[in-house]
Amino acid sequence: MPKVSGEFAVETHDLVRVYRTRRARGTDPRVVVALDRVTLSVRRGEFFGLLGPNGAGKTTLIKVLTTLLLPTSGTARVAGWDVARDPQRVRERISVVSGGETSGYGLLTVREQLWMFSQFYGIPTPVALARIDHLLRVVGLFEDRNRRTSQLSTGMRQKMNIVRGLLPDPEVLFLDEPTVGLDVEAARDIRAYIRSWIEEKPGRTVVLTTHLMHEAEELCDRVAIIHRGRIVACDTPAALRRQAAGGTFFVLTTDAWDGSQPVEATPGVLRVDVRALSDGRAEVRLQLDEDATLLRVLGALAAHGVRVHALRKVEPSLEDAFVRIVGRRMEEADAEATP
Amino acid sequence: MSPWVRSVRAALGRAYPRLVGSNRDRAWLFYDTVLPLLGSVALVYVYRSLGAPDHLVAYAIMGGAAMAFWMNVLWSMAAQFYWDKMAGNLELYMVVPCGLVPILLGMSLGGAVATLLRAGLIVAAGSLLFGVPLPVRDLGLFLAVFAVALVALYGLGVTFASAFLLWGREAWHTANLFMEPVFLLSGFYFPVRALGFWTAAAASLIPLTLALDALRQLMFGPLHPAFLPVHVELWLLVGLAAAFALAARASLRRMEHLARREGRLSLRF
Repeated sequence: MPKVSGEFAVETHDLVRVYRTRRARGTDPRVVVALDRVTLSVRRGEFFGLLGPNGAGKTTLIKVLTTLLLPTSGTARVAGWDVARDPQRVRERISVVSGGETSGYGLLTVREQLWMFSQFYGIPTPVALARIDHLLRVVGLFEDRNRRTSQLSTGMRQKMNIVRGLLPDPEVLFLDEPTVGLDVEAARDIRAYIRSWIEEKPGRTVVLTTHLMHEAEELCDRVAIIHRGRIVACDTPAALRRQAAGGTFFVLTTDAWDGSQPVEATPGVLRVDVRALSDGRAEVRLQLDEDATLLRVLGALAAHGVRVHALRKVEPSLEDAFVRIVGRRMEEADAEATP
Repeated sequence: MSPWVRSVRAALGRAYPRLVGSNRDRAWLFYDTVLPLLGSVALVYVYRSLGAPDHLVAYAIMGGAAMAFWMNVLWSMAAQFYWDKMAGNLELYMVVPCGLVPILLGMSLGGAVATLLRAGLIVAAGSLLFGVPLPVRDLGLFLAVFAVALVALYGLGVTFASAFLLWGREAWHTANLFMEPVFLLSGFYFPVRALGFWTAAAASLIPLTLALDALRQLMFGPLHPAFLPVHVELWLLVGLAAAFALAARASLRRMEHLARREGRLSLRF
């Protein structure tokens, strides 16, 4: 089957993936619709994000696109090739890295491990070793190249995994929650490098799954929000933020928040999100129908004896867009998905 | 790039950790050589106390070496593959362009070299400890039988490994149940002809049965009560090697297809 399109790195049309699992012999299978008529297109050269809570279908979509799972129905093409009919062609053009990956063999050193994986792509040893050394330098692991992989920290291991993903110089790089479990610094390093990698050579494409709003906002040219197996929105982060602009947004820093404050009942208040701060105070994010409503909120707080230490007007964030589109915050959706 | 070149590189790449692993974690020296040898030593003393000739003592030592091979095929190949699944390696192996066959070939190659070393150590230690000579009459034929038996064994090993992945630990435990019957039926410590023709014929589905019988004929000549002539056993082993190689390929394809269709290797709930 020849390539059908050169413009898109990834195309799916009405993609459905259903799992049937049996908890015990003799019982009826449990049917889980992990992907429900997913249609999307990712252009070559694009940094594309799939944003959604746990269990939304992000990883299933990545598994279908990387040929690990067959679609139940619908079609998916990667680099122009059908994932069901031409998996070999797809595999020659992609690479995948997952967060929290513990792949490989602990007895091997970092350099040996990466060399082993390079051989699965048939890269000649001198080329592979030169590429490995270069990439290890870039991610700051060169000094540890002769250390056994069993001795690496989580952050170092994930950097090694990223290098593994980049070794074959793929046309499409799939990153499934690549910074999960990493400390802030390691996650920032990895994000910075991936961003520079895609800009290094035209035509390189990255498909990233994440449930971190700031990661999607920082890295992605476009973001698809996936919820319960469906793509519920797909646009640039800026356009998604604009979708959330139903009203006006303020962030207050107040005394400790115990939930009894009469803010949500105030007319004109569309949404209230509260986060406890480490110093005992609270950060209250308000979505109001208009600026004037703020006066009523402040009045209600004062009447309740709550002091406001700081106040600022903010632009809607991707999180606000997510809340507006999905109907709840990411953490709430995550908690809902956790059995 | 030619797919053949890529396959050879992939096989060597995958063989590498098994080869260096033996050197970096030497616990196998005890578990894989001393323990099988201890099993043989008990039989050596039984044979010696009965005044049995030296070649029977050599049977026991060869049985210990054969055990190393069987353990490697059934245990190491399947256990390694299963471990690869749990560690997430299998998913990565399924999305690389070389495919699973060269990777499994590399695993087998690395395993075969490591096992040869173990078996060689068992035979050498047993021979030295008990002063038993291990002559080889026709080295070319001996090596041919050995090589073909290895291919057949690893074909069987890959088939087992795929089955273990598809049916999980139940298959693994069931296979462990067959360990001792295999030792008995293959004639690890005695000439398989003693079991009677039809039992020996049925046991010949296990490549070790024919391989041990042929190798013993090539070592002890007329002293060994042969089951079948060496050349017949060699051709039967070639047939088994081809059959198990095809079965391994088919089971790998089946496993990959089921894995993709049903998500058996990636489903987390």
